[in-house]
Amino acid sequence: MLLRHTPKEIKERTALRVNPAKTCQPVGAMYASLGINKCLPHSHGSQGCCAYHRSVLTRHYKDPIMAGTSSFTEGASVFGGQANLLQAIDNIFTIYEPDVIAVHSTCLSETIGDDMNQIAAKAKEDGKIPEGKFVIHASTPSYVGSHVTGFANMTKSMALQFAQKTGIKEDHVNVIPGYVEPSDMKEIKRLLKEMKVKNIMFPDTSHVVNAPMTGKYKMYPDGGVTVDELMETGDSSFTFALGQWASEDAAKGLDAKFSIPFDVLDLPIGYKATDRFIESLRKNAGVTVPDSITVERGQLMDVIADMQQYLYQKKVALVGDPDQMIALTEFIVSLGMIPAYVITGTPGKKFEEKIKQITKDVPYEVKVKAEGDMFMLHQWIKNDPVDLLMGNTYLKYIARDEDIPLVRFGFPILDRIGHSYFPTVGYMGALRLVEKILERLMDRYDRDISEEKFELVM
Amino acid sequence: MGNKNNKVFDPEFVKQEMIKKYPAKVARKRAKGIVVNKIEGEDKVVPEIQANVRTIPGIITQRGCCYAGCKGVVLGPTRDILNLTHGPIGCGFYSWLTRRNQTKPETETSENYMPYCFSTDMQDEDIVFGGEKKLKQAIREAMEIFKPKAIGIFSTCPVGLIGDDVHAVARDMREEFPGTNIFGFSCEGYKGVTQSAGHHIANNELYKHIIGENDTPLDAKFKVNMLGEYNIGGDAFEIERMFNESGLTLNSSFSGNSSYDQFARAHTADLDVVMCHRSINYMAEMLEAKFGIPWFKVNFIGAKDSAKSMRKIAKYFDDKELTAKIEAFIEKEMAEVEKVRLDVIKRTEGKTAALFVGGSRAHHYQELFKELGMKTISSGYEFGHRDDYEGRKVLDTIKVDADSRNIEELTIEKDEARYKARKSEAELDALKSDKDFEMNDYVGLMPDSEEGSLIIDDISHYETEKLLEICKPDIFCAGIKEKYVVQKWGVPLKQLHSYDYGGPYAGFKGAINFYKEIDRMLSSKVWADIKAPWEQSPELVAKYAFNN
Ligand code: SF4
Ligand code: SF4
Repeated sequence: MLLRHTPKEIKERTALRVNPAKTCQPVGAMYASLGINKCLPHSHGSQGCCAYHRSVLTRHYKDPIMAGTSSFTEGASVFGGQANLLQAIDNIFTIYEPDVIAVHSTCLSETIGDDMNQIAAKAKEDGKIPEGKFVIHASTPSYVGSHVTGFANMTKSMALQFAQKTGIKEDHVNVIPGYVEPSDMKEIKRLLKEMKVKNIMFPDTSHVVNAPMTGKYKMYPDGGVTVDELMETGDSSFTFALGQWASEDAAKGLDAKFSIPFDVLDLPIGYKATDRFIESLRKNAGVTVPDSITVERGQLMDVIADMQQYLYQKKVALVGDPDQMIALTEFIVSLGMIPAYVITGTPGKKFEEKIKQITKDVPYEVKVKAEGDMFMLHQWIKNDPVDLLMGNTYLKYIARDEDIPLVRFGFPILDRIGHSYFPTVGYMGALRLVEKILERLMDRYDRDISEEKFELVM
Repeated sequence: MGNKNNKVFDPEFVKQEMIKKYPAKVARKRAKGIVVNKIEGEDKVVPEIQANVRTIPGIITQRGCCYAGCKGVVLGPTRDILNLTHGPIGCGFYSWLTRRNQTKPETETSENYMPYCFSTDMQDEDIVFGGEKKLKQAIREAMEIFKPKAIGIFSTCPVGLIGDDVHAVARDMREEFPGTNIFGFSCEGYKGVTQSAGHHIANNELYKHIIGENDTPLDAKFKVNMLGEYNIGGDAFEIERMFNESGLTLNSSFSGNSSYDQFARAHTADLDVVMCHRSINYMAEMLEAKFGIPWFKVNFIGAKDSAKSMRKIAKYFDDKELTAKIEAFIEKEMAEVEKVRLDVIKRTEGKTAALFVGGSRAHHYQELFKELGMKTISSGYEFGHRDDYEGRKVLDTIKVDADSRNIEELTIEKDEARYKARKSEAELDALKSDKDFEMNDYVGLMPDSEEGSLIIDDISHYETEKLLEICKPDIFCAGIKEKYVVQKWGVPLKQLHSYDYGGPYAGFKGAINFYKEIDRMLSSKVWADIKAPWEQSPELVAKYAFNN
């Protein structure tokens, strides 16, 4: 047994976190920053955080993840990191020539109380920021929230620190895709194109963290929302914010500053959430739904209808980020499956309420926990097992110990590929999820069924 | 397909290209860390290199932090100490299972906490009001659920800043739970300038809190402590196999596949051998000063060096039977190794490599490439010190700066009751006079590297790119952060931290694995097929021909 010390008996813990289902803010901020064209993320703190964040993102995407660090030493930790950040800004613009440096703080610089706004202003004053180049910043202390919070904070910063209002009403809208994969962002853009919605999507990591092999490394790949586009977000007529945890703050911020109405939607995972997204686009962007999208939806429904018998009342344990878990739980319910356990590591009581509401008609007592961890999930499973696990790579230890099939979903996925290229949002994404779920469940069925009952056709 | 560039490899030119674009101050500093290798005289004197100095902010470094060196590197591979990270969640999360230290618990139920991540997950209020209370409570909960024999507490950056005293907490908790050894590490990430500070702190605390706890020696002959081997990809398993099959006893390992009990009896060994000098030399010195265990440097990376290291151990013990056994073992193993090597070298001979990793591997792995007939044109460490480059002979000339001064230097006194000379003065002197033996010594990377190769400490991303652009080595060795950058250039990268989830590469079986791995990487079809047919315009082809 790999997790041999996990007992069945559950004891209350108030201080000890075991096998977390979240990580820290800066990694989310770093990821969001990569969604800006020609942007170098910068970690203001000791270099270890930056090394860790780059490493985990690199392992997840199997693509280069570049970022700078202020490399605090003990001295900087005592006297503040201003000198380090100023030096870093100068070095980065000289050596690496990005258009934007997106600075996020770390626990250390937050604890010290470095004021990034003031430091960025000083850099400008000292002439360390070349003409036409920018430094933006977000405060991302990890002792608050999780990596999702960091993503949200940086997303808000990129909008509010760039957006301008020219007064010219443009016919475009803002779309904030949430903390999703580059493949998902691309899929959302495709849907918007099919719907003929002129939009600015931010952040946009597609074609940044899944760049092609060309024989020459490009430090700033072609993808990402451009500075010009970010500036124009202030002129947009509407903001669609996908995922409350990751995107709501930016939408609200834009509204407060520029009076841009917005709709906070669930991530379009599963057909119900996608339906709501499409409906909102129809209503708020004033477009009609093309047949092509209706066809996609129909194809998804067709598969779900065909394969019902293999899904019905199968018990699933879900662990991941709140926005993902909310949409996924709803989808699982609509597939006729039972989301027996739903856990996120990210804090937020409203998460539990929302899951309870989604699962209120499920004929089974659904257990939900925000600020939970995988140790707790494992204990629940030991007390009452499930048929399927869905979550990040760390679940493979539980999957192996308990012999339960696993669908990898969320962050980080360190041992498989696919998430960079194949979306799980929209109707086509939902189809992929259904395929993955069926594949695991049916392989397991084939493995376990007695010889006389083994089926050719299923 | 040889390397068309290496015949024009001009290290001084490459160096200038690397620093040309830097702001003047940065260029001056980096110039001292980039050195063209030159080996002079019998003593193999090499030029001075700047190392173990502060990283330049914004330069894009490979380096990590003190916490990573302490919790991740040195203590990470020990299975039965419950490692509790005191800090916000990230630091603990990222160091959870990512270093690939393998471990094999004695039995199905023996303690093994390595698949777990334990953290105090500090919140706002802990930062504002202090985290000691939460830390204590976390330890109580860990005791209640897991009942470990030992708990290590690891400090992250904010902890030092808010003034939590992990050592005081550990003391209190030891009183509350007398059956469990609880101790703290002040390994805040900002200490020192790299992971290296964390190694030192880890050595210190292991020494203070565990070493010497169990005086009952193993009932065996030729008891050896293996220092500075972390069982990435199963390296320690292979070395253990080699020991077992040739009559040696592994007394304790620091710290690949290690356990608490091994540390507790480390002082009863007959000999310490050191693999990674950087991370563990402190322990070797302390064990010698306090308990009289002699140490010398070995290298189990590369078949030749493995054989050489085994012979050194044989010579040290000077036992006829043991020597015969070791010789027989080497002969048997080398036959297998040579079979593979002679096949692979047909495809690897004349190719070039560049190695930038850690604090010993950029040196050790050159041996494997040499065995494949490959040339290392450039190499360097991420967190090495000058002695790791130039050899311990320069130790006295290394300036102690403010960043190093902050790391506790223990004063070690001879343990009068337990000190036992393993060898007579005369015997030791004889061993020391043999230069090749490296008794209490490490010659360093540079004297063993190619003359004229470019040695780069703490290589930056920019310098990495320049090296690729100008020299395009056939294979590059570094870590995960570098891997995909290099591969986008069409050059395969072998991770020498994680081994790309392969291994073992140590010892004889490891050498075979590595030969095959390099063969695979260099022979893979994908690199030649990167360009689509329509991208390969006739013009470009003509240009290449012209350049040759
Ligand atoms: S200190 Fe904070 S920012 Fe850095 S890795 Fe740890 S939790 Fe993340
Ligand atoms: S906070 Fe400090 S200890 Fe944690 S990862 Fe960052 S540098 Fe390392």
